[in-house]
Amino acid sequence: MVQLSSNFLLIAFFLYLASTVFFAVSITGRKFKNKEGLENNKAGLFGYITAILAFLAAMTYFVLRWIAAGHAPVSNMFEYTAFLGIMMSFGLIIIYPIYKNNYLGLFTMPIVMLIIAYASMFPREVQPLIPALQSYWLTIHVITVALAQGVLAIGFVGGLLYLIRVIDFTKKSKKVKWLEFIMYSLVSVVAYISLNIGFNAAGYEATFNYINERDNESVVTYTMPAIVGPNQGELVTEDRMEPFFSTPANIVSQDLNTVIWSLLGGLVLYLILRAIFRKPVGGAIQPLLKGVNPNTVDELSYRSIAIGFPLFALGGLIFAMIWAQIAWTRFWGWDPKEVWALITFLFYAAYLHLRLSRGWHGEKSAWMCVIGFAIIMFNLIFVNLVIAGLHSYA
Amino acid sequence: MEKVKCECGHVNPYGTYLCESCGKPLKEEEGKLANMRYEGVARRSQTYKKSFIDKIWNFFSSVKVGIWIIVILLLASSLGTIYPQEMYIPAGENPTTYYEEEYGTTGKLYYQLGFHNLYGSWWYMLLIAALGISLVICSLDRIVPLHRALKTQRVTRHTGFLKRQRFFAKADTAENPEEEIDKAEQVLLKRRYKVRREDGNLLAEKGRFSRWGPYVNHIGLIIFLIGAMLRFFPAMYIDEHIWVREGEEVVIKGTDGEYFLRNDQFFVEYYDEEDEQFREALERAGAPVVETFQTNATLLRRTDNGAVGVGTELEEVKQQEIRVNEPLTFEGFSLYQVDYKLNELAEFTFAIETEDEELNEEIADLRFTVDLYEPDMVYEFDNGYRIEIMEYFPNFYINDNGTPDTVNRVPDNPRIIFELFTPDMDPETDTGEISLIGIQMNEEINGENEHTIRMVDLDMLNVTALTVRRDRTIPILIVGGAIFMIGLVQGSYWHHRRIWLQNRDGEIWAAGHANKNWNALKNDFEAVSKSAAIPVPADQADNEEAGPEETEGVENKNGPTKQ
Repeated sequence: MVQLSSNFLLIAFFLYLASTVFFAVSITGRKFKNKEGLENNKAGLFGYITAILAFLAAMTYFVLRWIAAGHAPVSNMFEYTAFLGIMMSFGLIIIYPIYKNNYLGLFTMPIVMLIIAYASMFPREVQPLIPALQSYWLTIHVITVALAQGVLAIGFVGGLLYLIRVIDFTKKSKKVKWLEFIMYSLVSVVAYISLNIGFNAAGYEATFNYINERDNESVVTYTMPAIVGPNQGELVTEDRMEPFFSTPANIVSQDLNTVIWSLLGGLVLYLILRAIFRKPVGGAIQPLLKGVNPNTVDELSYRSIAIGFPLFALGGLIFAMIWAQIAWTRFWGWDPKEVWALITFLFYAAYLHLRLSRGWHGEKSAWMCVIGFAIIMFNLIFVNLVIAGLHSYA
Repeated sequence: MEKVKCECGHVNPYGTYLCESCGKPLKEEEGKLANMRYEGVARRSQTYKKSFIDKIWNFFSSVKVGIWIIVILLLASSLGTIYPQEMYIPAGENPTTYYEEEYGTTGKLYYQLGFHNLYGSWWYMLLIAALGISLVICSLDRIVPLHRALKTQRVTRHTGFLKRQRFFAKADTAENPEEEIDKAEQVLLKRRYKVRREDGNLLAEKGRFSRWGPYVNHIGLIIFLIGAMLRFFPAMYIDEHIWVREGEEVVIKGTDGEYFLRNDQFFVEYYDEEDEQFREALERAGAPVVETFQTNATLLRRTDNGAVGVGTELEEVKQQEIRVNEPLTFEGFSLYQVDYKLNELAEFTFAIETEDEELNEEIADLRFTVDLYEPDMVYEFDNGYRIEIMEYFPNFYINDNGTPDTVNRVPDNPRIIFELFTPDMDPETDTGEISLIGIQMNEEINGENEHTIRMVDLDMLNVTALTVRRDRTIPILIVGGAIFMIGLVQGSYWHHRRIWLQNRDGEIWAAGHANKNWNALKNDFEAVSKSAAIPVPADQADNEEAGPEETEGVENKNGPTKQ
């Protein structure tokens, strides 16, 4: 059953890919169609329908896994992150009919794929629930949060579209640098996924003896060649790369090593893109977006955030508090994840209030959508994996 | 402060930008578009600036100040997550040294700056208080005049008002403007607009109640903050901790001795590692994963017969299995499963032995059991033997004076000093055989003993730890939270849209305004234009190269504002 559900997720992944292609055709294929005398380019509609099919396939994965596990599959990093990707596609399904903007589809779908692929890098087995998680509030709280974040992510895509559309890439500026940084970050995720899959397929493993943070001898296994080794590490496996550096004991060296690989891999990919385009990556995409009306994407991202914000308040704060009161005896305890949910809430609250002020529509507002999404991702990845807290389940 | 009389006859408060009734701009504005925020009403903060109170009011009424408070609160909150807060450092660690030992210099600094208890610090409280004040004043400053303006708005608007709306169009092609507006009315009614007519002109309005959404959610937030503040009054809030051994009845703290809890059983259950479903995950975890922490509890209540001095009679109220996520609740109290201790020593059973075989047979059946929580001090046997406990140390250690002592009453390391009297001794005058007995130890204190007290059995039991809570602020928080959500949904999922259609000497003037979601307003205009000869207004914001923000820049030129 679990295997079957995973297959559905795979099917969904390829349908998302198909949807991306349709949306791409809807934008680039316009002239081509005109020659054949067809005025209507239906590719956008196909893209949307494929997105719905992909969402249905993904939900089939979700339901099957739920039945197999006996609890809603939102209880660890793989399950939650994958569901976030699915909810982002659901966000598109909600927002697309309002604005019929194919560019939104073209940009959303690859990010959905990226998120689901990233999710698959985490352990995928079905995990038993610890006592604190055994509650129907797990289902209610987490699903609402994922839905909210999915919709807020559409705001991010709108902001990104806006920025690539309006920023002047011919001049060097901070804006260009930051936008290129976003591009680089996205490419680094691609690099991480590719490297992870690559080394896994090659079956790379290198084992080290090292001294851990409690001064005890310990063993660690790397799945990527060690650029940085563990504290006083000694390579045990034969024919493996010796690390160039070693880390202090209080740093999880194999994770740092993975991050370094991803950043380097991202750099290589990014430089290749630069070499091909001979201009900033954003600048290379820009001509594709000349059909984008900045006011429309600005309103679209505002709208997404106006829709996502109440959902987030409900799921991320109110439902969270109700559950915390039941499971942890108090509705609020300043756990890092709670604090970052509050920060997300405050950030979007600031955004919504700034929309009332003059001078904050358009570009500034688009940057805020991007930062908001960065905060969401930070809360998902960094707070769960790096900062210790009650939410560190994965 | 003079009132301003508009040419339409309406008397506006001092400081009004757009006439509350007809919308005529009362102050010269540059730029093409009217500033429609808060309908151009006179707000107290924009009007009075003199007294000290005015200044405070004006400061907190500014949305910009409110946003700054939000942003500072946001940044401050993030600081508190760099290292764990005091309540999350391992139990028993001393924060004065913990942060430095664990995180080095930055950890020390973190502690010295008080960030280890950031969310309880005075300045964080002050920030939250400032947010609360800002919420109240911002809302009051806007809601009153906005309400009046929306109530007094007329159907017929000043041309200057219409022309300077973001959506505006003029059509002089219609043969019978009156008829076209009638057709439009039908379309708009079908689209659930509320339509008012006056001299052939039309005002269609939809979703006005969404304008109150922000104020409703602010009220909810204020109630929530007040509720959270009430926690500082001790009567509102009880947070206690009880340990209950299996079989024991313990008074529930905070209930004034009225309620008791009996722990019938406590156990921890682990996931079955052979279970096919979770096998892989459990292998990865490498350690057993807990499935359940459970206390089978009985809630008891003291029966009051009215008689003074009558011993506490307890009656059972209810039985419940308390688990994580399933607290036991009664009369506003909740008991939560939070901690436990397995296999605490409960009883020792001893036998008496001696070298003398003949005697040994005689005393072979002598057994006695010592309760380690409340031991009986004397054990007498039928054959005349008598054992007294001279000293009992439930949690033995040698104190600073070098004498035996106990850390507490928990029998983690029990030591008992027994004095044994044979039948021929007189406990009053003689000294018996004294021995010190603990786990795997048996020392003779006063020379050679003829008898040995030997531990033959021990009994252990489990202890459960429960948190006792009563939080009387919760109903207030629920009300606040509910109002907040209602307001948020009201303001976010509905939009205020207005359409003005006017017949001006045979020309149809069409204008529209939406507080958000211009897209939907445009759709409505498109629907109108399908049935009536009324053009779809152009979005005047589109004409400006850089989008709407430049066009709204008119505001600071038409009077003193802070935003």
